[in-house]
Amino acid sequence: MQSKNNQLKKKSIFSGYIKHWQLLMMLIPGLIILILFHYVPMTGIFISFVDYKFQKGIFGSEWVGMSNFVDLFSFLDFGKVIMNTLSISVYKLLFGLPAPIILALLLNELRAQKYKKLVQTCTYLPHFFSWVVLAGIFKMVFSNTGPVNELLMLLGKDNYVEFFSNGTSFRILLIATYVWQSVGWGAIVYLAALSGVDESLYEAAYIDGANRWQQTIHISIPTIIPTIITVFILNLGHVLNAGFDQIYNMYNPMVYEVADVIDTFTLRALNQMDYGVGTAADLFKSIIGLALVLITNKITDKLSDGSLGIM
Amino acid sequence: MKRTNGEKAFNVFNIIFLGLLALTTLYPLIYTLSISLSTTAEAAKGGFHFYPKDVTFIAYKMVFKNPDLPIAYLNTIFRTVVGTVGALLITCFYAYALARPETPHKKFFTTVLIITMLFSGGKIPMYITYKNYGLLDNIWIYVLPHLIGAYNVVVARSFFLSIPGSLHESAKIDGAGEFSIFFKIIMPLSKPITMTLALFVAVFHWNSWYDSLMYIQSNSKIVVQLLLQRIIQENNVELITQGIINPEQTEFTSETVKSATVIVAVLPILVMYPFVQKYFTKGMMLGAVKG
Repeated sequence: MQSKNNQLKKKSIFSGYIKHWQLLMMLIPGLIILILFHYVPMTGIFISFVDYKFQKGIFGSEWVGMSNFVDLFSFLDFGKVIMNTLSISVYKLLFGLPAPIILALLLNELRAQKYKKLVQTCTYLPHFFSWVVLAGIFKMVFSNTGPVNELLMLLGKDNYVEFFSNGTSFRILLIATYVWQSVGWGAIVYLAALSGVDESLYEAAYIDGANRWQQTIHISIPTIIPTIITVFILNLGHVLNAGFDQIYNMYNPMVYEVADVIDTFTLRALNQMDYGVGTAADLFKSIIGLALVLITNKITDKLSDGSLGIM
Repeated sequence: MKRTNGEKAFNVFNIIFLGLLALTTLYPLIYTLSISLSTTAEAAKGGFHFYPKDVTFIAYKMVFKNPDLPIAYLNTIFRTVVGTVGALLITCFYAYALARPETPHKKFFTTVLIITMLFSGGKIPMYITYKNYGLLDNIWIYVLPHLIGAYNVVVARSFFLSIPGSLHESAKIDGAGEFSIFFKIIMPLSKPITMTLALFVAVFHWNSWYDSLMYIQSNSKIVVQLLLQRIIQENNVELITQGIINPEQTEFTSETVKSATVIVAVLPILVMYPFVQKYFTKGMMLGAVKG
């Protein structure tokens, strides 16, 4: 009886596959790529627990437990690297999160649709340029003799700002260029949410005597709050990334002190064949990022009774 | 609606502010274009360079003399075309199967996909895996890992779900298999989303440089972005030894050559941008509203 039940159960599991073999065939190419290029590399996190030797392979190398992590955190540099990563990320979040919201609200107030479209099209153009290109452009525009310094002089500054060698200026440059590059693209999601507002809501508010500022506070902003929370959670997952693409292309040894982040640190570990420590740094980063997303998601889910959150 | 004076003032401010913002966005590009067309003397002068005073193409001539450029361009075109077509097919296949209600163990296949969005092995495990696969210094490294992207599957799936199921049913009654339904009914109806995804993937490939830096050794296999990165990061001495700058001729500086290289690298995007930008926003909205 028991075995017959099992047999039935087994049959029902696989009968679905036989009946819908064509759908299964469609999943297979994607599955193969996911396994080969995502899941197999994930097994590589074991490198952070072994003294990795290429000839011996991941599982043949000697198990050293947590010693790579101990090494990692006893590096004087790593504390600094974490602090750099966190402060660059937090500043990016602080300015990068509100900027597109403000842009979307301002664009939403424009009555001339053609002008709105034009401004929008211009502001999200930089999103399509690689950081290699952008860094190349910024190195000229923000150079000591470049137009930005020229403008600052015209505005009454007596000395040019060394954007690429002064630590503080470089940090400001990183944040400002990040906001410049991402603001237009980031505004699209908010504009999409705003375009869904029923026009009669604004009309009713107007009849009740609300001015445009009050309409923005009481209608527009509440509409985009769910979007803001989703974007915030997704960004939080990248807090330990700090924008490797941007930093790698823009930094130089003069500003390592303030701009060396976890990803650039790992890259150098790889170049120095310090596999165990590098992998440990990456794993540390992944786990913190994952935890942040899951925790924030859980909290917003609880607070909003399941109506907000990403999963 | 009547407007108060305050609101009128705000309107004027708003129009000017947003206009300035748009100008700030475009200016760095205008500056670069202007420098790339200037003579050394003009480029060295400082100033805002809204337009080149004496137009010269000497910097572009130097850029095109670089023997690595045509090959790098071909490699980039290869990864963009093959990578985009392949990714579109595999991503849409996966998304379509996830959108069909009768697919067995859909939850499992969705989870397998979503996990890749949240967690990755990291740089070093990836490097070692690719080494084991024999993909180091192999141009297929540009294409294979990106044939499926979790975010794109989610976006495509939500679009497929919005197509009425009755179309599928009637095709099924006529005896059509899943593959012919996919190619003959679903794909033609999904042009807005497939266009958007294709553009996203194509821009990603055009702009990629990290894999070329990490996994490729031969100069004949690098992509345009990496070549540009080298030209920007290298100092003049190295550029001279590579023959990109000839010290005998002093009519151009590395600034003008760098600018010209930047323009050459972004030109395809700039040319395509006005025609395709509406698809970008459309796709972003589809992803944002339903993803």
